[in-house]
Amino acid sequence: MKPWIRTALAAALAVGAATATAQQTVNMPIVIELSGAGAVSGTNFRDGAVLAIDEINARGGILGRKIVAPQSDTQSNPGVSRAQVQKAIDGNPYVILGPVFSGSVKVNMILAQQAEVPQITGAEAADITQAGNPYIFRTSFGQQMSMPKIANYIRDGLKAKTVAVLWVNNDFGKGGRDTFIKEMAARNIKVVADVSTESGQVDFAADVVKVKGANADAIFVYTNEEESARFLREARKQGVKTPLIGETTLLGQKVIELAGEAANGVRGHVGLTVDAPVAPVLAFRERFFKRYNYLPDHNGLKGYTGVYAVKHATEKIGKFDRKLLAKTMHGLTITPEQEPGILMEATWDANGDIDRISFLAEVVDGKQKVVSILPKLRK
Amino acid sequence: MADLLQLLVAGLATGGIYALVAIGFVLLWQTSQTINFAQGEFVMLPAFFVLAAMKFGGLSFPLAMLVGLAVSAVVLGLLFKRLVVDPIIRHGVLPLVISTIALAIFFKEGVKEFYAADAQPFPAAWATTNLSLGGAVVSVQSLVIIAAAVAAVAALQYFLAGTRTGRRMQATAQNPALARVLGIPVERMILYTFLINAALVALASFLVSPIYLAKFTNGETLGLVAFVAAIVGGFNQVRGAIVGGLLLGVVDNFVAAYWSAQYRAAIPLFLLIAVILFRPQGLLGRAEERTV
Repeated sequence: MKPWIRTALAAALAVGAATATAQQTVNMPIVIELSGAGAVSGTNFRDGAVLAIDEINARGGILGRKIVAPQSDTQSNPGVSRAQVQKAIDGNPYVILGPVFSGSVKVNMILAQQAEVPQITGAEAADITQAGNPYIFRTSFGQQMSMPKIANYIRDGLKAKTVAVLWVNNDFGKGGRDTFIKEMAARNIKVVADVSTESGQVDFAADVVKVKGANADAIFVYTNEEESARFLREARKQGVKTPLIGETTLLGQKVIELAGEAANGVRGHVGLTVDAPVAPVLAFRERFFKRYNYLPDHNGLKGYTGVYAVKHATEKIGKFDRKLLAKTMHGLTITPEQEPGILMEATWDANGDIDRISFLAEVVDGKQKVVSILPKLRK
Repeated sequence: MADLLQLLVAGLATGGIYALVAIGFVLLWQTSQTINFAQGEFVMLPAFFVLAAMKFGGLSFPLAMLVGLAVSAVVLGLLFKRLVVDPIIRHGVLPLVISTIALAIFFKEGVKEFYAADAQPFPAAWATTNLSLGGAVVSVQSLVIIAAAVAAVAALQYFLAGTRTGRRMQATAQNPALARVLGIPVERMILYTFLINAALVALASFLVSPIYLAKFTNGETLGLVAFVAAIVGGFNQVRGAIVGGLLLGVVDNFVAAYWSAQYRAAIPLFLLIAVILFRPQGLLGRAEERTV
């Protein structure tokens, strides 16, 4: 055989082998915050997703294909996240997992939409699912779902007439603050202090003086995890006695770990928590801890359930078709009986918003304690 | 009134940290014409030395702090001088400035890569209780920071003015050539300055990390504000650095509370511009002329 024929045959065989390998896998890149202000959230999301992927691969993958999930770091920077999503799209992904930061999702989701790639995000800013993008899907409540629940608790649970608001001035915080203030107005609760803080801020002394001086019946805190912990430490330093109310980012496991005893007494609404009195969630908590040696926050649950949602929807349609996957997930309800990895029954609406049960919780002795379970908003 | 008192105490506590770091800037400049733009990262790093000693060495917190202090002295004092400053200073101040900027990036990325990218809880060596003073709630934590900063500055002033080694260091700072003629071991005196700077940043790190949490980015703002504090106070006077640090800490808190939290980061820079325009030697500095 002539040398050039041998070379051509070898090349053809190599290409064939590579193609066969690609056909046996499905590409689900994780584009996430692994450094910067969102590192806590992103690392939890990534670890939850990887745990789900490894479990699924150990059982043979999705429709016989193993999942490959290359990871890229957005550095919590919207510009970098856009470049990373473009890079992920160049790899012909089936879905994109992440990011978590709303500011990043707002600038990169258009790329996934144009490429017709479903994007499973942990972001919570209200307007993300209101932009008419049929390829974006949440793994946790948007602010338009969670804020009414918090507002009801402040009115009915605390009987508050006035409230001070402290929020982080980024897409997540601004969206939450706007939605919260609207909900307060609808319930005739007066906002007596409106304090914005910066992402990555370390010194909260002046901010605590301001919200404390407002003498409100409750203080609503809406910042990212690390800033929440620093705020709580400062609030404890200054002897704040007013009830501190928040969302998952104030009561999460990482916040409790960082704030220490300063987190005790904090109350609020949590859309997702590994301390939920739900058996599959508690089992997930154990598996996660065994694997990573730390307790996940709500972002770990987001990453984990997001992967299982994709698995279930794909098996339902019986093939890897991105457009059909997106279409199928709108209006889809997945129960733990159908897909144990979903942990709790979840429904996605026409916008990609998720609905499921949620929880009212309080931090007691350094642990998040669920006080009551709130039903799905839509039956 | 209660708010004013609380803000003042919080501002003095923050300012105390700035002052410790700013003193380091001044000392290094005075003795070796070193402007260390990694000074903020020097404050970030000792907290991670302590955490690493606890995590990997299984040491108790007090013991880990001692280890952190010792490692800081070696890495941020001795090795910084021998491996970075000594080989580069002979090529001028600018290459050294660039080298310290590179060092800052190296330290930040190193901590991110080898320890953690997210914030880490750092234990406090004191109780987190409060005192009630004239209707204001003042935290013991803030008072401890102020007391520790004052004690450190007082000890440093005593060392510099009241001991033989301190006076030799001052002589080295004022005129190294003459000091050498007088038989003062100039190189050793400069090394002592680097070790003192390492101790000051380690102290600042241990005081601030329980509140700010330990994170690789902690040095970014701290280093810049301390540098500005040193210039505002007077880059050639230790007491200037103290005044500059305290002033910035207090102004920062009052601006954030009564004007705008958004513009607080710009305030040190406004002060810097004002000082450069109207009193270039700084509030307590003395005018200096150098032959170039």
